[in-house]
Amino acid sequence: MVKVLIPSGALGLKYDRAALANGLAAAPDIIAIDGGSTDSGPSYLGRGISKYSRASTKAEWRDLMVARAEIGVPLLIGTAGTCGADPAVEWLLDITRELASELGQSLKIAVLRSEQSALSVTEALSQGRIKPLAPELPISAELIADCTHVVALAGAEQIQAALETGADIVIAGRTTDTAVIAALPLARGCHAGGAWHGAKIGECGALATTNPNAGTIMIEFDAEGFTVTPMAETGAATPRSVSAHMLYENSNPFVLYEPGGHLDVNGARYEAHGRSCRVTGSEWVTNDTYTVKLEGARRVGFQTISLTLVRDPRYVARVEEWLGLIRDDILGPVQANDFTVEFRLVGQNATLGDLDVQAVPPGEVGVLTIVTAEEQARATEIAKLLNPALLHYPLTKDEPMPTFAFPFSPNEVERGAQYEFCLNHVMVLDDPMEAFSLEVVEI
Amino acid sequence: MAQLKQMVEKVRSKNAGPFWITIDVFCNQDGSFDAVSACLTQEAVSPIYGVAPEDVLRFELRDLEVIKLSFPRPQIQGTREDRDMHGAAFACILEEMEVTPA
Repeated sequence: MVKVLIPSGALGLKYDRAALANGLAAAPDIIAIDGGSTDSGPSYLGRGISKYSRASTKAEWRDLMVARAEIGVPLLIGTAGTCGADPAVEWLLDITRELASELGQSLKIAVLRSEQSALSVTEALSQGRIKPLAPELPISAELIADCTHVVALAGAEQIQAALETGADIVIAGRTTDTAVIAALPLARGCHAGGAWHGAKIGECGALATTNPNAGTIMIEFDAEGFTVTPMAETGAATPRSVSAHMLYENSNPFVLYEPGGHLDVNGARYEAHGRSCRVTGSEWVTNDTYTVKLEGARRVGFQTISLTLVRDPRYVARVEEWLGLIRDDILGPVQANDFTVEFRLVGQNATLGDLDVQAVPPGEVGVLTIVTAEEQARATEIAKLLNPALLHYPLTKDEPMPTFAFPFSPNEVERGAQYEFCLNHVMVLDDPMEAFSLEVVEI
Repeated sequence: MAQLKQMVEKVRSKNAGPFWITIDVFCNQDGSFDAVSACLTQEAVSPIYGVAPEDVLRFELRDLEVIKLSFPRPQIQGTREDRDMHGAAFACILEEMEVTPA
């Protein structure tokens, strides 16, 4: 049996301290936590940075480093620094060194890197080892070269290699959310379907229980399946809360693709055992080829935005007509196609755009102007060109000059670079380690 | 005619990776699952999101009384055209879908 303690769904999300203490007292074999996700968008991978602040990450990581030292089991984090690119891994390694010094800890740290060079991915493409996933996106050597960062998602094998070094702490670059939880149970011969299924249930911490905010849960893996137990004093892992978690952020609730195979939970059985839920019957199906998913982001321009508040009922009612006049009159004469301008109507349909067929007339409208151009200065130039019209443009020629509400001075905000996810592919590997590197750091 | 939200407990939408939206319709646990399921065909749902019916994956989870619908994002997450980074608001327009309760 292998007990995996999961403090929370991600480092930075906070957890109930009492629940974590209960978890440490229950003698886990490993503490495993996820450090990232694509969910906050492409900017983090594009820039190779973390979504969470250094201070909050350091505060939570300190608690977990103290906990590890107390009970003497490995501490493992996957997708370090939100995106798992090399600079984000270095960032967490740097925080770890700083904490080790502050806490007086001597550590063996295994660092698993997942970043891919454009050269290696281009070579794989030319060898036919890059396969598209649905929906299929175009791929070329130019596009790969355009990416600021490309990462491959490590599976259980690469994390097992890191654990085999005997490290106190494993800091991994991009991994699948599940692999950090499944790796040790699989290495110790637990049921493979149970290991992956339990890992999927545990990847968001206590979200699969009736007390989702507590964060910390324990999963016990064995030869037939797994048992989930919340570590908070209240709440339970019920057959419903656990089985419903297969729905979460998953396009298919019965199948989960991982490096080297897939999990099939069609045959899973969920039983209540007090506050715990026992799951058996999940199946792992091994693939003939070993593939890892790729993620890549590239810079597609710079943005400058502004917000104009329209409260005059006549202008609110005719806001699209008004913006049409501004577009024609101010942007029409600009003989260039090196920028785009979008007006989003906050209060009307900014969230869903044309899909929102039931939007009702609002009392006021916020006009969110988004200018995108190749250079920041160009985006700001166009936004500033629009400024006088967004402040004073009249619907008709013969009315007194109107004035609209600007909430800021200056009213233009430079948003910086805009990034896009541009790979939805897997890469075929002969050896799971060939796209990853492992370094052992002693401090 | 009624809106779907009057027939169900909750509708939730979320990204399933940067390229997919997934929507979970949690039915009231009152035997209305089949009636809700009948309303949520691929043909009925796809025009709401401007996607082709064959691109909508549909799952019935009878034990949980959940209908799950997944489809490629109309705009990839975080692109210039995307308005909803986490796919949170896609649920709203399904809740507002006009349905005829059986």
